[in-house]
Amino acid sequence: MKVRLLDIAHARSGDKGDTANVGVIAIRPEWFPLISRELTRDRVTQHFAGMITGDVDRFELPNLNALNFLLHGALGGGGTLSLKTDAQGKVYSTALLRMILDVPDNEARSLGLPTG
Amino acid sequence: MTERVVRVASGQGFWGDSLDAPRQQVENGPVDYLMLDYLAEVTMSILQKQKERDPAMGYARDFVGAMDSVLDAVTDRGVRVIANAGGVNPPACATAIAAVAKKRGKSLRIGVVTGDDLLPQLGQLVEQGHALAHMETGEPLETVRDRVLSANAYIGSEPIVEALARGAQIVITGRSTDTALTMAPIRFEYGWADTDYDRLAAGIVAGHIIECGAQCSGGNCLYDWRNIPDLGNVGYPIAEAYADGSFVITKHPGTGGRVSVHTVSEQLVYEMGDPHAYITPDVIADFTSIQIEDVGPDRVRVYGIKGFAPTDKLKVSIAYRAGFKAVGTLVYSWPDAFEKAQFADRILRERLERLGLRFDEILTEFVGVSATHGRLAGDWGANAPEVQLRVGVRSDDRAAVERFTREIAPLVLNGPPSVTGFAGGRPKVEEIVAYWPALIDKSVVQTHVEMV
Repeated sequence: MKVRLLDIAHARSGDKGDTANVGVIAIRPEWFPLISRELTRDRVTQHFAGMITGDVDRFELPNLNALNFLLHGALGGGGTLSLKTDAQGKVYSTALLRMILDVPDNEARSLGLPTG
Repeated sequence: MTERVVRVASGQGFWGDSLDAPRQQVENGPVDYLMLDYLAEVTMSILQKQKERDPAMGYARDFVGAMDSVLDAVTDRGVRVIANAGGVNPPACATAIAAVAKKRGKSLRIGVVTGDDLLPQLGQLVEQGHALAHMETGEPLETVRDRVLSANAYIGSEPIVEALARGAQIVITGRSTDTALTMAPIRFEYGWADTDYDRLAAGIVAGHIIECGAQCSGGNCLYDWRNIPDLGNVGYPIAEAYADGSFVITKHPGTGGRVSVHTVSEQLVYEMGDPHAYITPDVIADFTSIQIEDVGPDRVRVYGIKGFAPTDKLKVSIAYRAGFKAVGTLVYSWPDAFEKAQFADRILRERLERLGLRFDEILTEFVGVSATHGRLAGDWGANAPEVQLRVGVRSDDRAAVERFTREIAPLVLNGPPSVTGFAGGRPKVEEIVAYWPALIDKSVVQTHVEMV
């Protein structure tokens, strides 16, 4: 079953120089293991391919049911040097939440994931 | 006996935040400390420019009005204020605040923290072998040395604690870390030692949560944003800190917004790097140790935080002149709005090419199509009702950027049709003041506290 990350997680992003951070938080604690399993470093790197010039770092915060991603080279130089509308990476959060996850039907049902 | 609690209220998340928040924080319920954060990365350089024009300036002027609005709470009810409003001139800021008090017939004990400003000895530091290399690129400061406008070390809680111990009702700092402004009063009240890393880290986490004002109490919250009540009267956050290092984030009753695990979690991950090591001058906080739970309406308890010994370095915030930029925009309407905007961009670039103008960067964005989410936004096709063409340029050559600003308006008559949105006039040329983060040995930074 296709599940929108937007429907099972929320997120906030910010900047540090030319790096954007995206913190992704499971809306319900029981959804965190699935999110953690699906949002691998590779998957997120692929998601942002062509949009950032550097690597992606991934950190786990199971205590907050959250993951933190650092997107290097995401802000066109960052800070005041950047010419981008989103020079401070404020909406990389929702860009990540555009991701669609493929979840086995059984698992989606047992976790009570929102559909459609 | 009820458990002792220290209430630190946040009344300003950045310079330009709500003018009413400081007063509301001291009037809508009990608080012990009012914490006001005015400094962002580029603020110091703006203040440095102001100080160059007038030696009595260089601090956050909004703080003067804020202090006027909370003065009675300070003098009559014992609320103490901690603010990094001093910018690059904390003594001048203190003078301005003392004048406000005097005008109202009140006297204040003001603690002034200095020593973070490294600009006067910057040349000496470089000569002594402090490379002040850029933390991201590794380049030595030498590459921009002659263009430096300001240089300030991020300092920690100790001088603020000292000022409080010496009876300051108001503590004015320069480039203190945002988090120290909250941690210091809690540390002072409970007498935490400089090696009490877990509790110092807890104070830092409390500071991180409330340092952006209402961004932890319902503002800018993605989760359930439609149903967050009464943001027009949003309550700014308060940290209620206990002696064991645990604390509750809340807001005054009767205010709007929301404090929940969801709103606080979003703020916890904001601007986060490696969550295992949130580095501050006082302590390294481990964000993976934070436990968080809803304990009542608009009450979130935070506990279990671990901390570790700090490093022997301080971060330095250096600002330098980095050329010029300008951004021009035009709006194209249906039909084929996106195609028209792309067409106009091609004409503009051809013009810039013909003029032989050199830019370090030209960036074109299509607002309404792909400006924020790029290709992830998908294909809107020809039916977009309108698209804003947004072109930015950056160059060391001011004249090139000036000339660029003259090339936008002609497109209205010379380019593709159904164009509007140019009433704002020519784009403005802006001098870029860029940020150069570096590290320096703690031992070279000496802070001072003066009581006035």
